Amino acid sequence: MRGFLGTPYYVAPEVVAGREYGEKVDIWSAGVILYIMLAGIPPFHGESVAEIFEAVLRGNLRFPARIFACRLVHLHQSRVVARGQFFFPMNQGGGGVARRDGGEPREDEDEDDEEENSDRGLEAWRTDYADERSWEVLQEDESGLLRPIDTKTLVHAQYRRRLLQRSTPAASRIQKGLIRYLYVVIDLSRAASETDYYPSRMVVVAKCVEAFIREFFDQNPLSHIGIVTVKDGVSQCLTELGGSPDSQIKALMGKLECSGDSSLQNALDLAHGYLTQIPSYGHREVLILYSALNTCDPGDIMETVNMCKKAKIRCSVVGLSAEIYICKYLCEETGGLYTVALDESHLKELLLEHAPPPPAIAEYAVANLIKMGFPQRGAEGAIAICSCHKEAKVGGGYTCPRCKARVCDLPMECQICGLTLISSPHLARSYHHLFPVAPFDELSHTLPFRLQQKLPQTCFGCRQSLISHGTKTSPHVCCPKCRQHFCLDCDIYIHESLHNCPGCESRRQQAT
Amino acid sequence: MSSAPSKLYADDVSLVVVLLDVNPFFWAAGASGGNHPAATLPFSKFLKHVIPFLNSLLLLNQLNRVVLIATGTNSCGYIYDSGSSGSEGNNRVPKVYSEILRNLAEFVENDRKVGRGPERVASSVPSLLSGSLSLALCYIQRVFRSGPIHPQPRILCLQASPDGPEQYVAVMNAIFSAQRSMVPIDSCVVGVYHSAFLQQASYITGGVYLKLPQLDGLCQYLLAIFASGLQSRSFLQLPKPAGVDFRASCFCHKKTIDMGYVCSVCLSIFCKHHRRCSTCG
Ligand SMILES: [Zn+2]
Ligand SMILES: [Zn+2]
Ligand SMILES: [Zn+2]
Ligand SMILES: [Zn+2]
Ligand SMILES: [Zn+2]
Ligand SMILES: [Zn+2]
Repeated sequence: MRGFLGTPYYVAPEVVAGREYGEKVDIWSAGVILYIMLAGIPPFHGESVAEIFEAVLRGNLRFPARIFACRLVHLHQSRVVARGQFFFPMNQGGGGVARRDGGEPREDEDEDDEEENSDRGLEAWRTDYADERSWEVLQEDESGLLRPIDTKTLVHAQYRRRLLQRSTPAASRIQKGLIRYLYVVIDLSRAASETDYYPSRMVVVAKCVEAFIREFFDQNPLSHIGIVTVKDGVSQCLTELGGSPDSQIKALMGKLECSGDSSLQNALDLAHGYLTQIPSYGHREVLILYSALNTCDPGDIMETVNMCKKAKIRCSVVGLSAEIYICKYLCEETGGLYTVALDESHLKELLLEHAPPPPAIAEYAVANLIKMGFPQRGAEGAIAICSCHKEAKVGGGYTCPRCKARVCDLPMECQICGLTLISSPHLARSYHHLFPVAPFDELSHTLPFRLQQKLPQTCFGCRQSLISHGTKTSPHVCCPKCRQHFCLDCDIYIHESLHNCPGCESRRQQAT
Repeated sequence: MSSAPSKLYADDVSLVVVLLDVNPFFWAAGASGGNHPAATLPFSKFLKHVIPFLNSLLLLNQLNRVVLIATGTNSCGYIYDSGSSGSEGNNRVPKVYSEILRNLAEFVENDRKVGRGPERVASSVPSLLSGSLSLALCYIQRVFRSGPIHPQPRILCLQASPDGPEQYVAVMNAIFSAQRSMVPIDSCVVGVYHSAFLQQASYITGGVYLKLPQLDGLCQYLLAIFASGLQSRSFLQLPKPAGVDFRASCFCHKKTIDMGYVCSVCLSIFCKHHRRCSTCG
């Protein structure tokens, strides 16, 4: 057989790959069904169809300890304890640390640290499980996909809470889109080749860093990132500080090899050297992804920590193995954040916490007006000589508004006149923080029938009917400014993605 | 967070949300003759080009849907929705025509009434592009919510009047939201000047931007360039952007500028140097 047939979650890899296939694919699907019956979640998971297919092709099978261990507890009490010991943090004293070592005991841990860590690990696990959608709240839709049971009003209530929290007077201060200069230090020592993360720590770290870099530039448009790697006791600057996510990611992906020891001091020294050269309005930060449990330093690391503190470099560490005193000390001294990841998704979560500007630094941010140019993009196919590479290039490119020189990429400093050139959409991405849409008022649906008749019958945004059963209006909201009515779905969309009130935008603003 | 559950599109079925600029200042400017675009193509003729285009979109595929939203100077509103108008599947040409004309007339009259306030002497008032874009995106989100199989949406802006710099932030917000939900914004500019907003919108969302070189052939241009579904686009030689105007609007005077001062904390843009930023204090 050929051709493509099937529901994403159940499709066998040969079907996805477009190869010849036979009845073996049915056995595959049966296996998937068996897995779902056991775990309550599909084995190959993704946000989109493409992601699911990728998981299928790569055999990226999920085996979340919290689900499997827990189900097995129900099934077979006596057996599970033994299995649970192996990969399940709750069943052992050591918390999230020792669980993944597969035997090798770790002596180099501080007793107190471990105690504290285990507490936190347990708590994190519990909340994790509570948030996990267990199969009780899943149902299958027409296309065979597992979806949470429609809990629209519930979701909306949760969202309202989030929204109102965000707009309380204390939090309603302008969110500060700082200009951050961040060095990501990636530990590529021997420890990064360990396979407690699948397929190895190094690969998982690279994947998470990629997601982090994209999110970072989304949230901090004018900021810069550089990457430093540490291996064989030596730190190396992989990329210089720059504003383009793609070039950073490309450089990192090409350099994934690990060997030797790690050196915290060398990495900090290197980052310190570069970060002290940046403009005064920039905020200096170092984010370290540390796999090793030791550091091999040429001198006194305490001095380096002090030096970073003096230079106002905020250092944060995300550990992959266990808590280490020196990392904790470094973060405490420089005002950073120290966290240790439990598994891949936790690591990603911890990393993404560093994407929004840290509030502690935001407090001290001094507004500074910087002169910048917003260059026009050249016509596709036009040929021009760029000032950055001194080469004739076809198409693309941007023209400096002051000296009309051509540059290839944004953001950049004009080579000819020195003007900082940025693309204005870059800036505009953060403007919704400055001008947020006011929370909409919830309308009580217990109005007398006579009054209800006068209210609009459809959502102003999407024209969905607001009448649910016969004459009763379903719950909806109303913009306090333009008094237009919106359905609950539009309410969420408007505040979480669009950041415009369609009603307010659809009337002429009075000149202010 | 996009509320679209999955981006599983039904093949080749399109939902086209057309934003029609009904700015009276622009369309009335043609009355005095000269070489204003509206002189060669008055609004009534303009509609004679657009409505056959909408009809042909509906005829291309039985499941295609067209939504028409009017962009006025004082309000924006839905004019026509092929999915909800009367008996389904019976969108016969004369019926579509009359429904659009009736609703448009109503809308223009209403728009004029709402606008009565302080008399404006300015010869041109920009249309509320940010409003109609926001409406279109809300509508498209509803289609996303309707289930895993839904038509592939896109937006087509038929813009005549110049950009309103005071809508800069709102238009950009809408563009980014469209980009996140992968909705391309096509733009067809019939006005005198290039629209920097729409150049950016099409560039960022991966749509087609075209400023008409000749207004007489509007319907031909629309059919040749904007009628094809997203899947077929990769096979077509579509117009390439002749540069994108990335200028921004300053927050202080709502003026379009190509050089300015940016606050390092909140990224507000100002046209002159101030001692302190007025947005974040
Ligand atoms: Zn160059
Ligand atoms: Zn220059
Ligand atoms: Zn709605
Ligand atoms: Zn409003
Ligand atoms: Zn100004
Ligand atoms: Zn500011």
